[in-house]
Amino acid sequence: MKNENCMIEAKLYTVKYDADTVSHLVPDEESCKKCISKACQTVCPANVYEWNDTENRLIVNFENCLECGACKIACEKHTLGWQYPKGTKGVTFKQG
Amino acid sequence: MSENSEKFLNKTDVIVVGGGPAGISCAVTIARAGKKVVLIERGKFCGSKNVFGGAIYAEPVREIFPNFETNAPLERKNTEHRYAILGEEDATTVSYRNNDSNPVSYSVIRAKFDRWMADEAKKEGVIIVTETVVRELILEKERVIGVRTELENYYSDIVVLADGVNSLLAKQAGVRGEIDPHDVAVSVKEVLKLDNAKINERFNIGDKDGCIYEIFGGPMLNMLGLGFIYTNQNSISIGLGITMNELIKHKLRPYALLDKLKEHPAIAPLIKDAELTEYSAHLIPEGGYKKIPTLYASGVMVCGDAAMLVNNLHWEGTNLAMISGKLAGETAVIAVNKNDFSAKTLSKYQQSLEKSFVMKDMKTYKDLMGTMAMKNEQFLGYYPKKINSFFKMFTAVNCIPKRTMFRGFIKSVFKERGIFGLFSDGLSILKLLWSILR
Ligand SMILES: Cc1cc2nc3c(=O)[nH]c(=O)nc-3n(C[C@H](O)[C@H](O)[C@H](O)COP(=O)(O)OP(=O)(O)OC[C@H]3O[C@@H](n4cnc5c(N)ncnc54)[C@H](O)[C@@H]3O)c2cc1C
Ligand code: SF4
Ligand code: SF4
Repeated sequence: MKNENCMIEAKLYTVKYDADTVSHLVPDEESCKKCISKACQTVCPANVYEWNDTENRLIVNFENCLECGACKIACEKHTLGWQYPKGTKGVTFKQG
Repeated sequence: MSENSEKFLNKTDVIVVGGGPAGISCAVTIARAGKKVVLIERGKFCGSKNVFGGAIYAEPVREIFPNFETNAPLERKNTEHRYAILGEEDATTVSYRNNDSNPVSYSVIRAKFDRWMADEAKKEGVIIVTETVVRELILEKERVIGVRTELENYYSDIVVLADGVNSLLAKQAGVRGEIDPHDVAVSVKEVLKLDNAKINERFNIGDKDGCIYEIFGGPMLNMLGLGFIYTNQNSISIGLGITMNELIKHKLRPYALLDKLKEHPAIAPLIKDAELTEYSAHLIPEGGYKKIPTLYASGVMVCGDAAMLVNNLHWEGTNLAMISGKLAGETAVIAVNKNDFSAKTLSKYQQSLEKSFVMKDMKTYKDLMGTMAMKNEQFLGYYPKKINSFFKMFTAVNCIPKRTMFRGFIKSVFKERGIFGLFSDGLSILKLLWSILR
């Protein structure tokens, strides 16, 4: 897992972002506590979601989001609040 | 400003949401007919949020931009098409070359190509508003009359939704429901820098020629997933798309699969020492014909990925997007001329789409994804591996008589799949072929 984290960080390093100060991704904390699959974490191509065992909470590194929409569709409880970031924010692909 | 005076001031004939191939084609069609059209795109520029393989197809692009070959930012004209069936360590590749001076497709970089299309559309009178997210549709008596963005409201007689696969707006318009993880693929892609001469050498192609790989199996064995490679002038695009459901079921990370694909012995030498310049990700609609939503309602039409118009097996999407956008544009012009924006008038869009290759192709493959999903272990696991072991056997030079090897191979197929299994696989293939050809 550690190695996987390194790999994805190197990839995300190549992406140009203008991060907002507020998250456009808002999981429902109560659903996440009961969620078994944590499917958002599995499908996310940018490793945005991390389950924190000690805090019993889903951490959202929204600054890394590639705005693909996968997590919203995958969410086991259908409770993940998902919006596009503001027009001036988020990812800008130079190639795509 | 009151909503009423705003309605008057900020009003055009048509609003198009989304500056991808569908939206741009739609907007330019409307502008050419002399109608007032505004295109709203959330990215910094058109193309800045878009990702594909990929190749654009010459003929459909020509329908919208007849002279694109002279001034669009094209990378290479594709002359070689390879189908690679990867086993765990080995590979069988079929390749087709055609040096026709009239190429079927060109590789492009979307951030450049979509931007170019948008600039062309602007020259022809489309008002382009960027860095603006449409948050919701404005409805009046169940008719769509405009859109709400972060800053202001825009009003029009018709709104065309070309906002891509996630289309939150089509859902609000009530023409589409939630997307199911079975009906969409998660794709990841990398653009790898490699100099022109090395690309030509490794892919055995000329300076301006391109090579496409369509990849089955490998890290995606047993799963509904496809990989791709496209050659650009000085870079290689490599990626894969895999049904979301498979990722959830097997707890696989999409980027880990891509890394495995890059390490496959048949792929690694092609990209050796190439440097990662950009990683990206996007969804691909995969539900096929059966999941196409209603394409119109009062005051609104849906096109491109928002309408789930993608032909997965052939990596076709931009062409379906452009033609559906054009047809929606033509219908919008008719409606504006008649001053009638009812669902009945806009249903002409659906009718013309049914008559075009777009819906016909979608229909042709209506059973493909279902059959593949149902028989994934056989068609996407067992047989791809078996094809490779056939060639392993066929190319082997040892002291076993050939006939013994051939018989051994056939016996192994019967043993592994069983008479019943083979019969059922054969039947599925026949059914699928029948559904495609009839
Ligand atoms: C990995 C991959 C490989 C592919 N390979 C190929 C290929 O080789 N050839 C091919 O023809 N097709 C390919 N496709 C499919 C093709 O990319 C799509 O079918 C095509 O881009 C659809 O065009 P579109 O205009 O409908 O949507 P998009 O290109 O997705 O454009 C939608 C636009 O709407 C904007 N938008 C979305 N929501 C809003 C909003 N609320 N407000 C304002 N703007 C908004 C987005 O920023 C975007 O610019 C591939 C797709 C993927 C993901
Ligand atoms: S899948 Fe949904 S409910 Fe589960 S952890 Fe992720 S956001 Fe929470
Ligand atoms: S939209 Fe895509 S990249 Fe962003 S958090 Fe969801 S899955 Fe990850």
